[in-house]
Amino acid sequence: MPTTAPTDPAPGLAAYSEVTASEASLRRFLHGLPGVDQVGAEARAAGLGTRSIKTTAKAWALDLAIRMVDLTTLEGQDTPGKVRALASKALRPDPADPTCPSVAAVCVYGDLVGEVKAIVGDQVNVAAVATAFPSGRASMDVKLADTRDAVAAGADEIDMVIDRGAFLAGRYLQVFEEIVATREACVRPDGSHAHLKVIFETGELQTYDNVRRASWLAMLAGTDFIKTSTGKVQPAATLPVTLVMLEAVRDFREATGVQIGVKPAGGIRTAKDAIKYLVMVNEIAGDDWLDPDWFRFGASTLLNDLLMQRTKMTTGRYSGPDYFTLD
Amino acid sequence: MARIDVRKTYKLYIGGAFPRSESGHSYEVTDSKGKFVANAALASRKDVRDAVVAARKAFGPWSARTAYNRGQILYRIAEVMEDRRPQFEEAVKQSEGGSAAAARNQVDAAVDRLVWYAGWADKLAQVIGNANPVAGPFFNHTAPEPTGVVGVLAPQSSSLLGLVSVVAPVIVTGNVAVVVSSYERPLPAVTFSEVLATSDVPGGVVNVLTGDAGTLGPWLAAHMDVNAIDLCGVAGATDLATSLEVAAADNLKRVRRAPDAEPDWAAEPGLAPMTAFVEQKTVWHPIGI
Repeated sequence: MPTTAPTDPAPGLAAYSEVTASEASLRRFLHGLPGVDQVGAEARAAGLGTRSIKTTAKAWALDLAIRMVDLTTLEGQDTPGKVRALASKALRPDPADPTCPSVAAVCVYGDLVGEVKAIVGDQVNVAAVATAFPSGRASMDVKLADTRDAVAAGADEIDMVIDRGAFLAGRYLQVFEEIVATREACVRPDGSHAHLKVIFETGELQTYDNVRRASWLAMLAGTDFIKTSTGKVQPAATLPVTLVMLEAVRDFREATGVQIGVKPAGGIRTAKDAIKYLVMVNEIAGDDWLDPDWFRFGASTLLNDLLMQRTKMTTGRYSGPDYFTLD
Repeated sequence: MARIDVRKTYKLYIGGAFPRSESGHSYEVTDSKGKFVANAALASRKDVRDAVVAARKAFGPWSARTAYNRGQILYRIAEVMEDRRPQFEEAVKQSEGGSAAAARNQVDAAVDRLVWYAGWADKLAQVIGNANPVAGPFFNHTAPEPTGVVGVLAPQSSSLLGLVSVVAPVIVTGNVAVVVSSYERPLPAVTFSEVLATSDVPGGVVNVLTGDAGTLGPWLAAHMDVNAIDLCGVAGATDLATSLEVAAADNLKRVRRAPDAEPDWAAEPGLAPMTAFVEQKTVWHPIGI
């Protein structure tokens, strides 16, 4: 686990205690953030997507991308057996190649945490979605109970959703307090805490300005990661949205000294896409973020494409989906 | 004032669209006398990769169509070709040389070949399938099933009739094709892909790459997601054909071996071109109460 993640408000964060003291000051702060130039952000993201990554750099990027994958299954039809199979794949994505690294984490619903834990032990993290995922429509007590359940079951990471209704209605302090409360619910009896990721569902936030505001709001509330989407709403993660979030974590570290991770999730299916994201991480946030502790991909089909590309690099011939597990 | 020629640069046909080569390369196509005709896209290994992905995506729906429907679509290709006769005749005459009458005969034969294969779509199973007698209370059926993605190295000299004669038998049984056209005579294949795009053939069922079979063949032959390969386009090049067969063995591709020389395409093809790319599935079915 990263050592620079905040265990209590870091010195830099203290400067913002007044900002988060009241609804009015929080709104003033969030609306005072500089606006996002939509055309500029999209053009910059598209420009970074044209970089050509080849040979050894590509091999390195593919392995890094595999290590960054949060292998995810969030479906009503998930069975314990299916989740166990996915967990085994997380440990050894390519059974034919022992040099292939494990993924970062397995992401499941809270009730299946135990199943995953039994397979992966401490070798791969287990992430659980909580707080009435994916809509976030439940009372606060239910959301916190959901979170505590998952933490008690052994989840290393909690992916929470914000209440988009409250956020879009401008009740920022309510969202802020929900994140703070969920973070407290992540604390284990021994005082350590499960990593908290805050999902914005950027497809529902309408504007890049809102994405920037949500990012700052969550970071001020003490999250460890900010995450684009649940994967249940289209559009899910896009390059420009991730760019805005990467700018936010970069600026936040400059302002407070606290480093926050970023996780795009949903819609990233090809190795080519993944490499575009990595290029953007390097160019926007910097290479401190090129690490599974600070950048993740929420994905399921992406892993197979990464493995196929990896096989292509090692064998020199194109591989096919017949040679990797379906999931 | 003399009109300025419109010099064309043709593109590839992948997944129902006409992209440029991923490499950006193109090459000059000349007529049988060496005079410049047009530019054609020079496909690279990445175009092979993209074409195989497009073909794989198209395989499920195409093989799930009824044989009758596939026959109708093949017949539709023949209809649209018939509409564009002058263009095909011109392209064949330009690339293969010879008289206008000879070119007309080639186009006639190509259209007829499509109609012939269209007829086989819902008849092949009756001829090569079987109800097997078994000693038990079972029905036992054998039926042909499509193999999957088939790489086709199209013949180098017969640019239209030869092309149709290797593509039609592949797709009529429900396979999908990644075709590498004749290198020196690609224009009939380009026109053929324009016909395919406008005749109800779903995108990705036939993908046409103009380029060098010697360069693209090894990538197709070694590709783990290609299920079969027709080596007709390297007829006569024994060493190359052998190396492609070796590469194809890695994932047990079905291989239709390269002939020593291109066959007489005017002759009736028989069933072999179709049976080369089907697999016989045998099922046991208990007889009902």
